[in-house]
Amino acid sequence: MAAAATAGSSPGSGPGDSPEGPEAEAPERRRKAHGMLKLYYGLSEGEAAGRPAGPDPLDPTDLNGAHFDPEVYLDKLRRECPLAQLMDSETDMVRQIRALDSDMQTLVYENYNKFISATDTIRKMKNDFRKMEDEMDRLATNMAVITDFSARISATLQDRHERITKLAGVHALLRKLQFLFELPSRLTKCVELGAYGQAVRYQGRAQAVLQQYQHLPSFRAIQDDCQVITARLAQQLRQRFREGGSGAPEQAECVELLLALGEPAEELCEEFLAHARGRLEEELRSLEAELGPSPPAPDVLEFTDHGGSGFVGGLCQVAAAYQELFAAQGPAGAEKLAAFTRELGSRYFALVERRLAQEQGGGDNSLLVRALDRFHRRLRAPGALLAAAGLTDAATEIVERVARERLGHHLQGLRAAFLGCLTDVRQALAAPRVAGKEGPGLAELLANVASSILSHIKASLAAVHLFTAKEVSFSNKPYFRMGLEHLEPQQRVINSPTWKRGPAWIWAPSPCRDQSPVTPVSTLCAEARETARRLLTHYVKVQGLVISQMLRKSVETRDWLSTLEPRNVRAVMKRVVEDTTAIDVQVGLLYEEGVRKAQSSDSSKRTFSVYSSSRQQGRYAPSYTPSAPMDTNLLSNIQKLFSERIDVFSPVEFNKVSVLTGIIKISLKTLLECVRLRTFGRFGLQQVQVDCHFLQLYLWRFVADEELVHLLLDEVVASAALRCPDPVPMEPSVVEVICERG
Amino acid sequence: MGSCLCPLRACWLEEGNLEEMHAARSGVSLESCALCLHKNENCLMGRKIHIIDFDDENNMINKKVLLHQAGEIWHISASPADRGVLATCYNRTSDSKVLTCAAVWRMPKELESGSHESPDDSSSTAQTLELLCHLDNTAHGNMACVVWEPMGDGKRIISLADNHILLWDLQESSSQAVLASSASLEGKGQLRFTSGRWSPHHNCTQVATASDTTLRGWDTRSMSQIYCIENAHGQLVRDLDFNPNKQYYLASCGDDCKVKFWDTRNVTEPVKTLEEHSHWVWNVRYNHSHDQLVLTGSSDSRVMLSNMVSISSEPFGHLVDDDDISDQEDHRSEEKSKEPLQDNVIATYEEHEDSVYAVDWSSADPWLFASLSYDGRLVINRVPRALKYHILL
Repeated sequence: MAAAATAGSSPGSGPGDSPEGPEAEAPERRRKAHGMLKLYYGLSEGEAAGRPAGPDPLDPTDLNGAHFDPEVYLDKLRRECPLAQLMDSETDMVRQIRALDSDMQTLVYENYNKFISATDTIRKMKNDFRKMEDEMDRLATNMAVITDFSARISATLQDRHERITKLAGVHALLRKLQFLFELPSRLTKCVELGAYGQAVRYQGRAQAVLQQYQHLPSFRAIQDDCQVITARLAQQLRQRFREGGSGAPEQAECVELLLALGEPAEELCEEFLAHARGRLEEELRSLEAELGPSPPAPDVLEFTDHGGSGFVGGLCQVAAAYQELFAAQGPAGAEKLAAFTRELGSRYFALVERRLAQEQGGGDNSLLVRALDRFHRRLRAPGALLAAAGLTDAATEIVERVARERLGHHLQGLRAAFLGCLTDVRQALAAPRVAGKEGPGLAELLANVASSILSHIKASLAAVHLFTAKEVSFSNKPYFRMGLEHLEPQQRVINSPTWKRGPAWIWAPSPCRDQSPVTPVSTLCAEARETARRLLTHYVKVQGLVISQMLRKSVETRDWLSTLEPRNVRAVMKRVVEDTTAIDVQVGLLYEEGVRKAQSSDSSKRTFSVYSSSRQQGRYAPSYTPSAPMDTNLLSNIQKLFSERIDVFSPVEFNKVSVLTGIIKISLKTLLECVRLRTFGRFGLQQVQVDCHFLQLYLWRFVADEELVHLLLDEVVASAALRCPDPVPMEPSVVEVICERG
Repeated sequence: MGSCLCPLRACWLEEGNLEEMHAARSGVSLESCALCLHKNENCLMGRKIHIIDFDDENNMINKKVLLHQAGEIWHISASPADRGVLATCYNRTSDSKVLTCAAVWRMPKELESGSHESPDDSSSTAQTLELLCHLDNTAHGNMACVVWEPMGDGKRIISLADNHILLWDLQESSSQAVLASSASLEGKGQLRFTSGRWSPHHNCTQVATASDTTLRGWDTRSMSQIYCIENAHGQLVRDLDFNPNKQYYLASCGDDCKVKFWDTRNVTEPVKTLEEHSHWVWNVRYNHSHDQLVLTGSSDSRVMLSNMVSISSEPFGHLVDDDDISDQEDHRSEEKSKEPLQDNVIATYEEHEDSVYAVDWSSADPWLFASLSYDGRLVINRVPRALKYHILL
């Protein structure tokens, strides 16, 4: 064996393969030798093509190629090469042939031993195989003998086996029969012991067999016996079921057994529901009794607790048992249950509502909320069980309704409180007015009103707040509107025109600042602010109208053509100033000063002189330089061009200055329009001049931008001058004197 | 002119002349409209009427001046029948008393024809009105306004004097005014009419007047009150106007900055209220042909053009001329896609620097209107093009 191995490996790594060549040449030469061997043995050209690119193998002039044709090669050499090269190639070729010869010899010598040992190995193998064959033959004969024996044994045992099987069958049958014969007595015993479940199980097991063999008299007897007992059993079960004293689970058990006994499900179902109804009605009655005509003794929480544990719990059990027992009934059964639940549920809800209605009168919110919460939570179980009955929806509705009513109640209370406050303050205001002296400070009144309203709102908010507490299960549902509803009382103020009189009714939106958890505070504030602004604007309008009415009448009723030279400021102007001052005081009690334009912080003297001088230049140019009437026109137009347009009825800010500016604007604009509709005599004009100067003297301090007053009064005087056929204005100094005297 | 203008009243002269109407429509010459404005020369007792011709083609304004020597004019109205005739209320000052009288005047012939030679220096060629007749009011007090019967032959005039309403018949080619009938308002306090309009409906038998905060309707045949809207406005009612296309509807405006629209069959509630102005509204005028367009002028120096679609006689902005029925089908389909317009203010004109006392529509071109303010500025505007097409198409 070892010799064979060496012989196999020798061609690749033989020591004498290429002893003289350098290391790098070895693989190259080996491959070449391989290639040639392959060629020799006719191996495919494809395999040979794996060689590195060499000369074309089909080239007949390739000495090493398979298709070498000496004639062609010679011919080619002779044709192509000069003599010297021919000689060279000849010597070269001779040298190569010699080298090849010697190579061949060495190879044969080197491998001779290996060939010998390979032949030996093959011969030895031949011997071994022959021995093995003999042993295999022996094994085969032995196996055949074993098979034969085995077959014989089986044949012998066959008969016995069959008999044993038959005996086992008979044994089982006998046991069954025994059970059957014993059945009546067992059943009786079971019934006596009250183990109804066991009895029903036995009965169930035996039923089919008895049914099958009832034509045999003995079985018949057993069956009859059984039937009698079963009937008794069923009767007893029914009895127990009807008695109803036991709880729902036992009843359910009874029903289950009865069903197993093959009683008609329809009827059982009806009966079951009827029983459940009886029980639940009992609960309801007890609840109703609690509700009673007498003043409700237990508080609402207790009531809902009772209701929850008694009725709702019972309902839950019934529903669960029913669904379990009568699942086979399909949609009709479910429908029946749903109807049942609906009916009882609605009665329950009616009761709960009655109870809750009793709670409406006031009292503690937290209790109510907890009760509602519990109620709602309790109902979630049957709600999940019976989606069709819509219990949850109804419950949510009730909760919502109650909450809403509660809110309404609070709102009502708030309104009443608010109106009460207003009435109080009105009386407080009216009383001193009659007496003709200053009443209690408006600010004080306002503070009172605001604080009382604030406290009211806070209280109700706190009460209502409970509804939205986090842990209350229904908190996220219906309460978004609450905040807005709270604002309503304020809105209503606007609608009641009685409040024109009192600026006290405008309060800043502070009362609403305490947050409602649901409505964003900013909305509330904005709404309150808007309300207050509208109220204030209305106030400004009304006050402005009062003054303008006065001014209008005074201008319209006077005969301006035939007045005398002015000696005094007209009384109506004094009245205007007085009223304005009164309003100023009134408003000052409630609002801060507000912003004025910077220039007005000086004394009235200075402003006055500026005013009068500007008037002299601008307005009365015609009287001094009558030749240039165009200039006045131009001047006034240019002035108008640069002065801003005055928005007369513009919205006001929450400060005194703004309010008064609004009022004065309205009044002066009225004066202007009225003056334009009249014709003035010389003294009429002068009177207007005096009046305007007087107003100028006193009104500037009230407004945000005294330029405004200048502008309007200038406009009045200018208009009067235009409406005068004989415009001779009074000397400013005289005007001043008159005004100061007045 | 070198003088202060104090125009208080203006009116469009009626375009009675058929030939001219035709010309205007075919675009040959002009949208000739004459506007009378009254001018008060400071200190002088000479008063003027300006007749303004607005040439729509060339966007040119021509002005002619008529002297009105009797006194300063407070109210002016043109005869519907005769372009050359107009009535004025004016102040007469005598013995340091001011009395407002009324008279009917005729313009000089060459003005009446509406010729368009370039005006010379108007002050030099100022012509004088020819007095036709006085409306004698010595017994009744100050005249507040004069209104012509809108559809008639220019023979009947209503004038309002203090608390009297007087119906005059003009006889002998307007040279004589005979008081036909009168009625007066009785009540507490000083009742005075401020304004009045003659309804174009019901065969011109109704007149509406404003006094203080109350609107009243009168039957001119019996001179009795037919309806009364108490407290129509919170304050003085300044002006009113009848819807020219829809019976019973009238608009009023007043010192409470509101414009209200009334159905005279139900006087308890206004049909609609506009509250856009920020001061007294002095004037309200319905467009003569498209009555959803309402013009208001106010002493907040603004003029507003409102589109009151919901209460107009053509609620969906729809007008079909008889002669383009063929086009009608095309328009129909478009209209369906269009949203009906909402009632809204279409435009606010703020060209005036001072209170606007008069606004009126052109009687020739329904898309043209003028407004007049205290500082003497007259502004002529057009209805926005988009709206015009919306209404027409």
